[in-house]
Amino acid sequence: MEAFTTLTGPILVLPEQNIDTDQIIPGRYLTTTRFEGLGEFAFADWRFDSAGEARSECVLNQPRGRLSPILVAGRNFGCGSSREHAPRALLEFGFRVVISSEIADIFRSNALNVGLLPIVLPEPQHGQLLEMDGEAVTVDLERSIITLPGNGNGGDVFPFTIDRFARHCLLQGMDRLDFLLAEAPAITAYEERT
Amino acid sequence: MGRTLFDKIWDAHVIADLGDGDTLLYIDRVFLHERTGSIALQGMAENRRAVRTPRHVFCTMDHIVDTFPGRGDDTLMPGGKAFITTTRKAALAAGIRLFDLGDPRQGIMHVVAPELGIALPGLTMVCPDSHSCTLGGVGTLAWGIGSTEAEHAMATGTLRLRKPASMRVNLRGEMGAGVTAKDLVLHLIAEHSTTGGAGHAIEFAGPVVDRLSVEARLTLCNMAVEFSAFTGLVAPDRATLDYLRGRTFAPTGALWEVAEHHWHSLASDADAVFDRELEIECSAVRPTVTWGTSPQHAVTTAGRVPDPGLEPDPGRQEAMRRALEYMALQPGTPMADIRIDAAFIGSCTNSRLDDLRAAAAVLDKRQVAPWVKAVCVPGSTQVKRAAESEGLDRAFTAAGFEWRESGCSMCLYAGGETFGPGQRVISSTNRNFEGRQGPGTRTHIASPATVAASACAGYIRAAGGA
Repeated sequence: MEAFTTLTGPILVLPEQNIDTDQIIPGRYLTTTRFEGLGEFAFADWRFDSAGEARSECVLNQPRGRLSPILVAGRNFGCGSSREHAPRALLEFGFRVVISSEIADIFRSNALNVGLLPIVLPEPQHGQLLEMDGEAVTVDLERSIITLPGNGNGGDVFPFTIDRFARHCLLQGMDRLDFLLAEAPAITAYEERT
Repeated sequence: MGRTLFDKIWDAHVIADLGDGDTLLYIDRVFLHERTGSIALQGMAENRRAVRTPRHVFCTMDHIVDTFPGRGDDTLMPGGKAFITTTRKAALAAGIRLFDLGDPRQGIMHVVAPELGIALPGLTMVCPDSHSCTLGGVGTLAWGIGSTEAEHAMATGTLRLRKPASMRVNLRGEMGAGVTAKDLVLHLIAEHSTTGGAGHAIEFAGPVVDRLSVEARLTLCNMAVEFSAFTGLVAPDRATLDYLRGRTFAPTGALWEVAEHHWHSLASDADAVFDRELEIECSAVRPTVTWGTSPQHAVTTAGRVPDPGLEPDPGRQEAMRRALEYMALQPGTPMADIRIDAAFIGSCTNSRLDDLRAAAAVLDKRQVAPWVKAVCVPGSTQVKRAAESEGLDRAFTAAGFEWRESGCSMCLYAGGETFGPGQRVISSTNRNFEGRQGPGTRTHIASPATVAASACAGYIRAAGGA
């Protein structure tokens, strides 16, 4: 997993609510038992027509869509199927951060496990970002803040909350399994007493 | 202070408090399927990691397998066969139990797990599948995870978690005629939105739940994830014990006695405090069906397609417009005027014996409308055989339904089979998302009885005509 510390880049706004994991990567592209080549199928049903031709009007097919590392999506992002392919597809597509006012639990855990930073913001701040398509913001994981562009002296700062351990793993690029394996004595002790 | 059912199961599985609100939680069971389990098993093998306790891990074939009679490893999904063969090899190498094609125990994981007594009250269980919450219907604390976490759980028997908040949904009153657990949960989601349960482990309780069959409780808990809940739970009672006794992997003899004693303690204390409580007056619930592309887009079968113009929230309004466009519907249209092309009975939500009985009762001496393609897919091979032994298969086929082998089938487009673009399906499943049942397919979710009645009418109908 690639570490994440701080990132400045333009945001891409997809205002749709309830973007489920089957929109993020349709099930028919989960054709192998490996997590490879998923990025090219991210949002496939939005990006391509039924003949497989790219829809030029879809922002995800425009340079801006390919180059924005921060996705701001409508409420209830990542609901539906538990497929881990969804955050992996977003990562491969080029996103490192996804921001919404509600992010489904399973998607959020999966994202943290693969190195995509999920950020849940209160409605007012989320609403503000929804109106800022294309503008650059800075996401600082160490300080857990998003800094908006400002006039000279820096702009608004939105703090966000993230579990300390999740933040630690992401900052270090650390796989949680090593941590769990280190708990083997406690696990054995639990098994013996129950 | 008293503890909730959720507290009791959680507390019993805490190995260590890791600080910052994190817990190292013991995981009793892991259940895999060939679509995501194959990835997890392969990841373990490649990293030379062993399954810590192979007898705690189970696997079935349900998502990608064909459901056509006489099926083998070939499946309509391009590349699908590799999932099946990879899973088979990996399960054997890992030493875990696999319910393969041809095994009488094969079926949809969330149907098989309680049916075989793998999901038991008070256990923790995870599956790389979002509908794992179904198993709360027998009092198992179960939730969906990704493939990476499935590896973690298999390698260590644990997961690191933050305890969700607790919610009780009290189901009061009496269920009206023709109303099922499916209608109750669609009503709940329509009332409180798809994110109404976010961050919460939900206990479904109250007099209506007490009277629901175990199978109906599984349906209720199945949709907890569509409510954004961490999971759903129902306290085990006499009905649960009667359901589980004698199941293949359930304890027997003296161990059953011990288990039974423990399970009796698994109820929320009278003075337990929940972070949130919701009330549903079930007497007011009618047979319910979805019109749009989110489970919250639900109305009664006697209702009309709503008008987005009347929705005050702009985001929701936009989602409604988009849904109407995808579904090719006009605001104000009576649901009963919506003509359907297909009917599907199956899925981890509604494919158990009670569901098939309810649908078969509606189909009695009737025929599916000539323009409707109708398919019934029993949730497990055991369900299929039990149904056949009571002649339900003949009720379905005589009415014009196809009768299939068990699997997830057309609940989702994982096996490569679909009713087709633009086709309108009344479906006993859990998700009406865009493309869920195949590109461009339009899904209306309802109970098995409503699906059967609609299949016969050729239009959306509740059983009994409403």
